[in-house]
Amino acid sequence: MQIAARAIKSWTILDLSGDIDLANSPAMRKALLGEIKEKRTPRVFLNFKNVRYIDSSGIASLVEGLKASRDLGSRLILYGLNKTVREVMQLSRLQKIFEIYEDEEQALAS
Amino acid sequence: MESNPQTLALVRAAIERATEILHFHEEDSRAIVRSVDEALANVIRHAYRGKSGCPIEVTCRHLHGTRNGACVSGIEIILRDSGVCADPAKMKGRPLEEVRPGGLGLHFMRQSMDEVEFSRKKGKNQLRLVKYLAPAVPATAPEGE
Repeated sequence: MQIAARAIKSWTILDLSGDIDLANSPAMRKALLGEIKEKRTPRVFLNFKNVRYIDSSGIASLVEGLKASRDLGSRLILYGLNKTVREVMQLSRLQKIFEIYEDEEQALAS
Repeated sequence: MESNPQTLALVRAAIERATEILHFHEEDSRAIVRSVDEALANVIRHAYRGKSGCPIEVTCRHLHGTRNGACVSGIEIILRDSGVCADPAKMKGRPLEEVRPGGLGLHFMRQSMDEVEFSRKKGKNQLRLVKYLAPAVPATAPEGE
């Protein structure tokens, strides 16, 4: 998995690519919590367009990020989820807990 | 395989290919891959407590048999490890109403597979996962025939 960060206004987009599993979800967790808790970025966007797979450890990191953003009054926004990632969100019953948009344009306009 | 998280991608690819050969629908294929991945992650995290280099046996076979009196075909995947004995009381998964990290892997397996059986045999943990092929949908006859 690879993670690249982009800045738009005072916000950050984390472009994720590859598979998010037990081997690399700690890297995503670190990047995500770094933006939310350390940098206090008011909006963090996770771009899933190039993510093929996510497991429960990746979902756990997202939930942790969501809780941190709620505690700090910031927003965590997801977009570009493929069928595999959406299925996992549905199985976890988290699709309505997270802010999820189809694409970057919709996410940035939210 | 060894209890190294880096090998999970390789196993996912192998299981995906096996499900393609057996003509599982894409959705079922994704469910099987997800279940095996979560099961292996649980072995690495819980049975071996994150220690890498420990052995995990993964056996996969084409299953033929009868179910509810009908002939069925499917896939059986058996995982065996020599890690700490799994505590049945802790193998419940968490209620989905609770939004908190963790406790989802077992839930994914139980939702996705037709059979999920844990056992302890000859000092090893064994997990048996089975998914049956959905019966082919018969072609609908045109109206009037």
